[in-house]
Amino acid sequence: MSDTQTFLDTLATRSQQRAGEPTWIAARRQAGAARFDAMGFPTRRDEEWKYTDVRAIAKGNFALADNAEFSQAQAAAITLPIDAYRLTFVDGVFSAALSDVDALPDSVQVMPLSKALTDNHEAVGGPLGRLTGVDFSTFAALNTAFMEEGAVVRIAPGTVVEKPILLQFLSRAGTPVMSHPRILVEAAGRSEATLIEHYVGEADAANFTNVVAELMLDRGAILNHYKLQEAPIGDLHVASIHVEQNRDSRYTSYNLNLGGALVRNDLISDLNGQGAETNFYGLFFGQGRQHVDNHTKVNHNAPLTFSNENYKGILDDRAHGVFNGKVYVKRDSQKIEGFQSNQNLLLSDRAQIDAKPELEIYADDVKCSHGTTTGQLDEDAIYALRTRGIDEATARGLLTLAFAGEVLEQVALDAIAERVELAVAGKLPERFNLAGLVEAAAALND
Amino acid sequence: MLQVNDLHVTVEGKEILKGLTLTINAGEVHAIMGPNGAGKSTLSAVIAGKDGYEVTQGSITFEGQDVLEMEIEERAQAGLLLGFQYPVEIPGVKNIYLLKSALNAQRAARGEGEMPAPEFMKLVKEKLGFMKMDASFLQRAVNEGFSGGEKKRNEILQMLVLQPKLAMLDEIDSGLDIDAMKVVADGVNSLRAEERAILLVTHYQRLLDYIVPDKVHVLVDGRIVKTGDAELAKELEANGYEGIEESVA
Repeated sequence: MSDTQTFLDTLATRSQQRAGEPTWIAARRQAGAARFDAMGFPTRRDEEWKYTDVRAIAKGNFALADNAEFSQAQAAAITLPIDAYRLTFVDGVFSAALSDVDALPDSVQVMPLSKALTDNHEAVGGPLGRLTGVDFSTFAALNTAFMEEGAVVRIAPGTVVEKPILLQFLSRAGTPVMSHPRILVEAAGRSEATLIEHYVGEADAANFTNVVAELMLDRGAILNHYKLQEAPIGDLHVASIHVEQNRDSRYTSYNLNLGGALVRNDLISDLNGQGAETNFYGLFFGQGRQHVDNHTKVNHNAPLTFSNENYKGILDDRAHGVFNGKVYVKRDSQKIEGFQSNQNLLLSDRAQIDAKPELEIYADDVKCSHGTTTGQLDEDAIYALRTRGIDEATARGLLTLAFAGEVLEQVALDAIAERVELAVAGKLPERFNLAGLVEAAAALND
Repeated sequence: MLQVNDLHVTVEGKEILKGLTLTINAGEVHAIMGPNGAGKSTLSAVIAGKDGYEVTQGSITFEGQDVLEMEIEERAQAGLLLGFQYPVEIPGVKNIYLLKSALNAQRAARGEGEMPAPEFMKLVKEKLGFMKMDASFLQRAVNEGFSGGEKKRNEILQMLVLQPKLAMLDEIDSGLDIDAMKVVADGVNSLRAEERAILLVTHYQRLLDYIVPDKVHVLVDGRIVKTGDAELAKELEANGYEGIEESVA
């Protein structure tokens, strides 16, 4: 039996259970399945997958979860302790009990995809799949074939959403399951919002998540998009994020990857109108035998568009990281600025990074730069810190944290920054906490 | 306070210190002078615990403790502090962070609690002022992009905040213009106290016009060949090391 057949059989069984869904969805699903079958899983002979082996997914046998049971206490222990509009999915299944969007103003809609399809499926049919078609990748096609749950976010023109919108995806231990969440965000003109995707779960879980997110920013919209991927160490995680930016919009991605056995993120921004700006901040931290692959692409499709990218990789043990970042400047997209930086820190001799920055420019009046470096902790700096009384483990933690600093400083949400700090630097003793100093310094200046 | 006894040290198989003996008591300022390659920096590096130096013979004790058995950070926590000739740049670690971490690590080692933030800031501001450093230094990464003089002042700032029992200053005058040297010397002189000792390692006598030592040792070819008072440094200035080396031979 071929690798794709296992998935198609599961799909066939699922389809029989469905009834009365709109014909357009059935048609999309079929197109996704057909495309998935035709393409098959990528191999390392595919340029886009040269460094990432997906056999752990292809050879897997994943069921579909049929419930969203998860204890409140356990969820509280692992989810982000922040005040947010919250949708929760357990192995891909929506959990009303762990969600709370009651206080949403009328100008903001946040709902599970299943509800959006039930309430008004025509409103979903147009935008869904517009940015991520089934041809994008095997995984996008597979997601389309299975899509039934996820999140739909709509923000009315000029609305400033005060609280973050948090989509949390919990992964359970037990029989391996797969989920194919679909996220659709439509941010209307001059709206402002913060979206958080959070992946986390039970330590022994070994599930496959294949998410597709389509984010549409209309004129002047601002979207801050945090992805905190803390999936269990046995989880397989594939994500495609496509962003469409109209004039003067600003999209900022914080792509923070700490978990998962096999992780692949594709992040693509289309800068389609003058004045649009995209910022990609990324941090990936791998230990053990984790494999983390980030593919990013910025398409400067219009003149006077701006992109800024800074990805930091920290790899320990036998972890393997991949960074592939492309900046594309369309013909005659003049006066654009595109900056890209990737720095990697290898904490062990057996850790590995494959970094490939790419520029593809078809305009002559542009400002672009890119660069990638890979290094190790500076032993002289560790020595210097130790000669001031700081123990070696803490010195290494501080320097690792300092390496991540440029990206971490951008993270405005403390609850997220703390998770990342804890992961990369270990629990630093209280005396290394700077809390209180800023206020004390300010008071002295008065 | 510090006793170095018959110390032999090799670096990459080559013997650099060949039986160095030195005693420093509380309240004293010592200067070690000598030509390039005599082993001046090796001595302070071995006391601080830098890798790559093999002690083949002899001992170092600090307040009765065997220094060579102590981890690098334990030496610092015990009050042995080295000011570097070439201070290391530590990108991403703010000066204020280093000062606070180091001070609290030292306090923790003594079983004391953290210094409260307002008290700490007051202390740091006072010392900054003394070293004629702007408060913006606190927010800058340790030594990153600092001029040579700023780096040296920063080393002394750390000393003033951490108040070591024995401050070792390795070529603290190198690369300093006369104004910067006065500031650095004022900082060092402010450390002089009955309960504290200072060890200056220097190539030139000029620093000793500003920081007058109680004892001057001449280090030649891995051994202290002559010890005297501040006058000895002036003799060296006048006659150079050659006369001394000849008298040894």
